[in-house]
Amino acid sequence: MKRNPSRKKSSSGEEERALLSKMMLIRKFEEKAAEQYTKEKIRGFLHLYIGEEAVAVGVIQALSEEDNILCTYREHGHALMRGLNPGVIMAEMYGKVEGCSKGRGGSMHLFDVDKHFFGGSAIVGGHLAMAVGLALASKKQKKNNVTCCFFGEGAAAEGEFHEAMNLAALWKVPVLFVCENNLYAMGTALKYTHAMQDLEKKGAAYGIPSVAVDGMDIIAVKKAAEEAINYIKESGMPYFLVCNTYRFRAHSMFDAELYRDKKEVEEWKKKDPIINYHQVLKRKRLITKVQYDQIEAQIKEEIDKAVSFAEKGSWEAVEDLGKFVYSE
Amino acid sequence: MIAFKMPSLGADMEAGTLVEWRKSVGDQISHGDIIADVETQKGLIEIEVFDDGIIERFMVEEGAKVPVGTVLAMIRPVDEKPQKLEVSEAPEEIKKKSVEQAHQTNAKRLKITPLAKRMATDNKIDYGKLKGTGPEGEIVKKDVEKAIEELAVSGTSPKVSPIEKQPIPSSTSQINVPSQKSIRAAVAAAMTKSKREIPHYYLEKKIDMSKSLDWLRKTNEDRPIQKRLLSAVLFIKAVASSIEEVPEINGVWEDELVIKNEINIGFVLSLRGGGIIVPAIKNADLKSIDEIMEWLNEIIPRARAFKLRSSDLSEATITLTSIGEGGADKVFGIIYPPQIAIIGLGNVIDEAIVENGMVGIRPVLHATLAGDHRATDGLVGSRFLDALNKNLQNPEEL
Amino acid sequence: MADENTHKITYREALKQAHWEALRDDDRIFLMGEDVGRYGGAFAVSKGLLKEFGPERVMDVPLSESGFVGAGIGSAMAGMKPIVEIMTVNFSLLAMDQIINNAATLLHMSGGQVNVPLVIRIGCGIGRQLAAQHSHSWEPFFAHVPGLIVLSVGTHEDARGMLAASLKSPDPVVMLEYTFMLNREGEIPADPFTVDISKAKVRREGRDISLITYGNGVYKCLEAAERLFELGIEVEVLDLRVLRPLDEESILSTVSKTHRAIVVEDAWKSVGIASEVLARISEKAFFELDAPLYRLCGAEVPIPYPKHLEDASVPQSEDIIVAIKKILGHDSV
Repeated sequence: MKRNPSRKKSSSGEEERALLSKMMLIRKFEEKAAEQYTKEKIRGFLHLYIGEEAVAVGVIQALSEEDNILCTYREHGHALMRGLNPGVIMAEMYGKVEGCSKGRGGSMHLFDVDKHFFGGSAIVGGHLAMAVGLALASKKQKKNNVTCCFFGEGAAAEGEFHEAMNLAALWKVPVLFVCENNLYAMGTALKYTHAMQDLEKKGAAYGIPSVAVDGMDIIAVKKAAEEAINYIKESGMPYFLVCNTYRFRAHSMFDAELYRDKKEVEEWKKKDPIINYHQVLKRKRLITKVQYDQIEAQIKEEIDKAVSFAEKGSWEAVEDLGKFVYSE
Repeated sequence: MIAFKMPSLGADMEAGTLVEWRKSVGDQISHGDIIADVETQKGLIEIEVFDDGIIERFMVEEGAKVPVGTVLAMIRPVDEKPQKLEVSEAPEEIKKKSVEQAHQTNAKRLKITPLAKRMATDNKIDYGKLKGTGPEGEIVKKDVEKAIEELAVSGTSPKVSPIEKQPIPSSTSQINVPSQKSIRAAVAAAMTKSKREIPHYYLEKKIDMSKSLDWLRKTNEDRPIQKRLLSAVLFIKAVASSIEEVPEINGVWEDELVIKNEINIGFVLSLRGGGIIVPAIKNADLKSIDEIMEWLNEIIPRARAFKLRSSDLSEATITLTSIGEGGADKVFGIIYPPQIAIIGLGNVIDEAIVENGMVGIRPVLHATLAGDHRATDGLVGSRFLDALNKNLQNPEEL
Repeated sequence: MADENTHKITYREALKQAHWEALRDDDRIFLMGEDVGRYGGAFAVSKGLLKEFGPERVMDVPLSESGFVGAGIGSAMAGMKPIVEIMTVNFSLLAMDQIINNAATLLHMSGGQVNVPLVIRIGCGIGRQLAAQHSHSWEPFFAHVPGLIVLSVGTHEDARGMLAASLKSPDPVVMLEYTFMLNREGEIPADPFTVDISKAKVRREGRDISLITYGNGVYKCLEAAERLFELGIEVEVLDLRVLRPLDEESILSTVSKTHRAIVVEDAWKSVGIASEVLARISEKAFFELDAPLYRLCGAEVPIPYPKHLEDASVPQSEDIIVAIKKILGHDSV
């Protein structure tokens, strides 16, 4: 089942290069964000997705524009992949009024309702129940869209995870739960927080089809996501996809990473989804050096533009402090 | 040249200790390289660079703890000759809401409801004389209404007298709230004008303070702490009495000398944060020692809290500056235009005084007068200081 | 009071009619909550609605307060108009994360993009010997939160009319209903009427003192006012009914009229609605006061089970009468 008829598979490698390019955009954008953070342009918490790019890109490429997306506070990549303008995202992180949430949310709360992007949520597990509600509305309104909810393995320990799973299965609503298992809930390893570490088994308890996939492999994620979406579209039922992945960077900027061994990080870096996928494309002769350099140059230009847009943005007047508490 | 600074890794990070340079001077570095290890309150963190170039020099040695934003190293982009430091940007200032200080009140211990008090004030009823009929004896609305009625019927009433003087200021336009900065500017302008336009002459007289201080001590012995007199009160009173004897010294220069009948003495108060403010005690000659004391008690805190009314600050006809205990021995003032004289009283100190051919140790006040030579001559000023001396020798008569 | 323009109805029946009408008039509206369907509602408010509107419109939910309130928020975000019932206010704490971190907050942190037109109804109140985990008056918890509209259903008129008004709100509404009042009868207008959920309402006019109250306090204050009238004391009773945002104008207006005020509420005294109301009077109507302000609030204990202790834990009509006489210096204390 074709999700996006405009993007035809072609032997020229256009589609493959697009996937690589999206992952690279996320990586470079976040590296720039980290830099701007150290310069105090961005404040609050900044959670980087570096290392996990294949998950957002692989899953979101399988969605249609009408499908809803809810994310965690580590959601810059998802927002970029959904098509939010990098400048608008950067401006949000700067706290400028030109940001996608008018600067009120910051890095953890990127929203674009027109793009069905219902935000980064920073209460772990809280948005799973909302996702079920959005899917319930789709069902009641007889719409054919899917609600896709990303969350970390930390959320799978929350009561709301289990409540949401049960409600979704009970009500038979079209929701795709995507667990981005990066092995650490902040600084505490999976083995210290979950009795059952095969997270996909938790979905089975609710009768939800559940699959685990190598989240470092863009092709594997893409395939699994497309299968999941096909299932949901056909059945109207929920689906649970666990993407086993790893974040290369610290939990947030101010994190000494006392909880994991540097060697472990280096091991995982060998599975870098971008480097590996680039190699695959090279081997398959789907990308040339010139094409790769072009992509890099394009991304650099786009990010420079984003920073410049954010820099030029404006601060909301203090007199408007009380806005957005109630509808006007 | 690029200044590589101690990065901010969180709003709660203020400083970091540079534990180890992981690169050396002359090393080629590129975006993403780890350049140093920095110890923070959250532990050891590897610090990366976001630029490409060559390390020109280190600005901070290993082991140093430096605040966020401190330049750690200079990095020269590969294709650039050494030039100049990047100027660090000033942090955005955060606006802070200023909180206005609460008003001081010195109402009597009297139970009256806010409504009744407001009504009494609006109708000029002296509520201090009303009898309260509220559950706890407080004056309530009903009591004030009754008083208003009685007032309307009889014009005056034995129980009620309308307040004639000192209406409570109701509009904020009467409240002058100068800032520290504006005070400095005002002092500067007035003093410059004075020194430019007024030809000052200066006189000084030593005054034996033994009798005055004795009188003050004895008077204060019988008084409760809060009623005790300050020497400033005596000075104000003595100056007022001396002006009565030499009225030419009390006036303003308006292209000619205009002698004033009212004796309004401007009293110089220094402010804690610097600057001076000069509230005037009006009709000082008509006020008793106790009334002057009350005025001082009331005005000093108000002045220091910048809560003076504009009327407090205008209308002075002469100025008195008193250095007070522990200060300079004498002070020669600069006249506050358009006034024509300023009296300066130094710190009272023990000095050897020759009296009847004998040397004695006495508390001495150096009193000075700066006069406007356009308006008066030294003779007038001299007469004034003589009068002041005489008055301070006879404090009981003040 | 009864005349041809009003008719008698129980509080329960008034709520039920409001639901029936809402479900009839708008397909986007649905009711979900624990035992609202097959059981007929824990307090029989929704009895019969399942049969009439079917399980898609009257949804029983599992015991997952956070889950189903969250689902209510999600479906409201997608254009539905859910009414979520939480059985008792004690259970609402399990959903507090959803109510505060999501419902009240999404509009703000999305920079005005995400509306949550959700109505959360919560049974609460004291007086049925349900002890410390099934009866409380926790209106202040909700009234503390910007982004919520918090309503207290203290009269039959509001029980009948507030739901329709709440369903028109683009922002989340928390409606607190009082289980103690379910069987009480009261008068409501016979003709269709609307309720303004931005305004407090004077339930009885008077000139000597203002009783400012809400919820269970309303009928107690009206009872006290009735009895004091016989003694020649004319009490004004202001039903706040909107606890957030507070209708400050009505509060200042009644105090400016009577110059004396007591706030009556069942909630714990410290940091309650009364504290807030009195603070605002002090700030903005101080010079209208002809007597000290006074609070009659809940005793600071978890609600006890025995009837006499439960009664003593919240202000009763008798306490209100005593307080008023004292403030007015009335002889017959």
